Amino acid sequence: MIEIEAVTKLYDDVAVVDNVSMVIEPRTVTVVVGTSGSGKTTLLRMINRLVEPSSGAIRLDGEDNRSIPGHELRRRIGYAIQGHGLFPHRTVAENIATVPGLLGWEKSRIAAKVEELLTLFQLDPKMFGSRYPHELSGGQQQRVGVARALAAEPNVLLMDEPFGALDPIIRAKAQDDLLAIQKHFGTTIVLVTHDMDEAFYLADKIAVMDKGRVLQYGPPAELVRAPAAPFVETLIGDAERPFRLLSAAKIGAAVEPGEADGEPIGEDGTQQEALADLLWSGRKALPVVSASGAPMGRVTLDALLKCAARPQ
Amino acid sequence: MGRARLLSIARQGSGLRIRFDKLGIVIALLVAYGALGASFAVLKPNRIVQGEAKMILAALPAWAGWGLIVVLFLAAAASLFRTSSWLKLVAAFAALVTLALAIGSAASFLAPAGNTYARVSPASGFWLLLFAFMLLAADAITRLRPPPWMRVLFLVLTAGGVGAILLSGSWNGLSIMKEYAGRADVFWSEAGQHVRLALGSLIVAAAAGLPLGILCHRVAALRAGVLNTLNLIQTIPSIALFGILIGPLAWIAATVPGAAEIGIRGIGTAPAFVALFLYSLLPAVANTVVGLAGVPREANEAARGIGMTDRQRLFQIEFPMALPVILTGIRIVLVQNIGLATIAALIGGGGFGVFVFQGIGQTAMDLVLLGAVPTVALAFAAAVILDALIEMNSRVLIGARSA
Ligand SMILES: Nc1ncnc2c1ncn2[C@@H]1O[C@H](COP(=O)(O)OP(=O)(O)O)[C@@H](O)[C@H]1O
Ligand SMILES: [Mg+2]
Repeated sequence: MIEIEAVTKLYDDVAVVDNVSMVIEPRTVTVVVGTSGSGKTTLLRMINRLVEPSSGAIRLDGEDNRSIPGHELRRRIGYAIQGHGLFPHRTVAENIATVPGLLGWEKSRIAAKVEELLTLFQLDPKMFGSRYPHELSGGQQQRVGVARALAAEPNVLLMDEPFGALDPIIRAKAQDDLLAIQKHFGTTIVLVTHDMDEAFYLADKIAVMDKGRVLQYGPPAELVRAPAAPFVETLIGDAERPFRLLSAAKIGAAVEPGEADGEPIGEDGTQQEALADLLWSGRKALPVVSASGAPMGRVTLDALLKCAARPQ
Repeated sequence: MGRARLLSIARQGSGLRIRFDKLGIVIALLVAYGALGASFAVLKPNRIVQGEAKMILAALPAWAGWGLIVVLFLAAAASLFRTSSWLKLVAAFAALVTLALAIGSAASFLAPAGNTYARVSPASGFWLLLFAFMLLAADAITRLRPPPWMRVLFLVLTAGGVGAILLSGSWNGLSIMKEYAGRADVFWSEAGQHVRLALGSLIVAAAAGLPLGILCHRVAALRAGVLNTLNLIQTIPSIALFGILIGPLAWIAATVPGAAEIGIRGIGTAPAFVALFLYSLLPAVANTVVGLAGVPREANEAARGIGMTDRQRLFQIEFPMALPVILTGIRIVLVQNIGLATIAALIGGGGFGVFVFQGIGQTAMDLVLLGAVPTVALAFAAAVILDALIEMNSRVLIGARSA
């Protein structure tokens, strides 16, 4: 759990982060959105003390983050940035091994961890371990960047626009991978982005920032249903509202008993995906299956339209 | 007819004819003049008077003279056409070895038997030929782009070859070797002094310059001041700087207890060492600053973000990535110091300059060469070795930058 309590950061007497309080639940994905310059990066960097707050406090699992030296704190918290920040003079394996090395892990344990992570990120350890970062594609570099952040098995992973430099197809894949990894390790992720689609796709909770303040902090559907400020509404976009609702909800939540014809859809896809499938294939209902492939029922066009309507 | 059309016709034409190498034409002309138009060796009755210039055929026994000319022209022919660079390199080496042996045998052929005053030295033709084939070798090596270790291997082979010829005694008749024979002990002690001055001041400058560079990198307020001051020092002519240092060092020697005992004096090694050190500081500091500034921001950011201390970041990230640029600074300093150390002789600092200035004083060119040739060879070897080191250290980083 990350407790941010009345945190303010002043640069030249200007509050870049202004009295922000929020509680981030463990094993969730929290996305901080906002326009450029709204203070997202500064807020994120105060969690691992790359930036020291002017006032306020941040607690990790109840412990003040100033109770240990900054560099030790940062070794316990994963950190991934846009453009990956890999060390160009070190191989992929050496990059991933950096934090375990700083922590003094045994060689064999480090090697096993590197291999595990590379495999998890679908990079063949034999082929990629000895390569240098410039010998990888953008998407591969980004995966290695996240793997490096996760190498010391941190409970918390901070990500600053991690997918900003990727093209849309690679980016969608990276987002899926991130969600899978988050499930696998149960990591608490705080991710900064200015891309609302990304926020709605990834977030358990979204924090909207503007001029250093958090205007609203809640589940995605709540932002659409009850925007706390005109700025939140603008950010979500009038024309996007129904689709945002659908993209923030899983198909499983709209399943009803019954049969339907045709290719089934998985329960953990978004409702937006189900709607697209229905519209495109001209059907009224889709069969839904669980992750293991067991039939669960169906999802109908009517049910989805209700889900997309302004909540009463 | 359009220009493009003309060009394309010219290109077609050149496809049919034999293709000449532009540099090769220059080299071939140099060789032709050096071999046939200029004198090969000079015979002097003693070490300081004007001598009598001899062409190749007059300086060597007939078989050797014609043999040399044939080898030179074959090698020049190899340079003329666009053929394999390896062939050119082999041709250049063969020509250089033949030249080296020929000048030695010219010395024994020309000097009257039993006359110890007579001197034989290389003349303009020899130097031209030497230059032409070194140019050919350098051009071939550049085109071959050999890996760093191979360039060092070439250097070692060349040094070994020169050493073998020296040991074989086939150059003993040459005037420069006669100058050496008369002062072999002094030569080696001055050589040691030269290396001590050049390397010693480099080591001290690196030991002081790297931390200073790191400091300038971290503390922006210092940067301009330090670099400007060092820049200013760099503009002082070397002789003037030696002169400027005489006063303060003499004063230190006279007033600071113990200073004179450890060798600090107004003239001699101390001011030479200090002057070389001061000249070395700018390249050392400036390249450290530039190298550190070139480390990508993201790499620094990530290093901090994943929990490196400032010291770990400096030694594990910044320094290794800046190393090629820092080594470039060291290379500049070393080559510059090897050259500048020659001037130290003017204020009694010793080194190869001793022979250069003695030679100038006695108008004995051979003695000047005894100081100048080893200096050039040393500087050249230092440049080759450090270039190889730099390249070995920058492979990965160059790849990263171009990616
Ligand atoms: N080290 C700093 N010194 C002064 N101003 C800063 C510094 N870091 C950030 N700022 C300012 O704080 C504001 C918020 O920056 P940032 O947190 O990076 O925003 P975001 O990540 O949302 O784009 C910007 O106006 C930026 O110029
Ligand atoms: Mg930012």
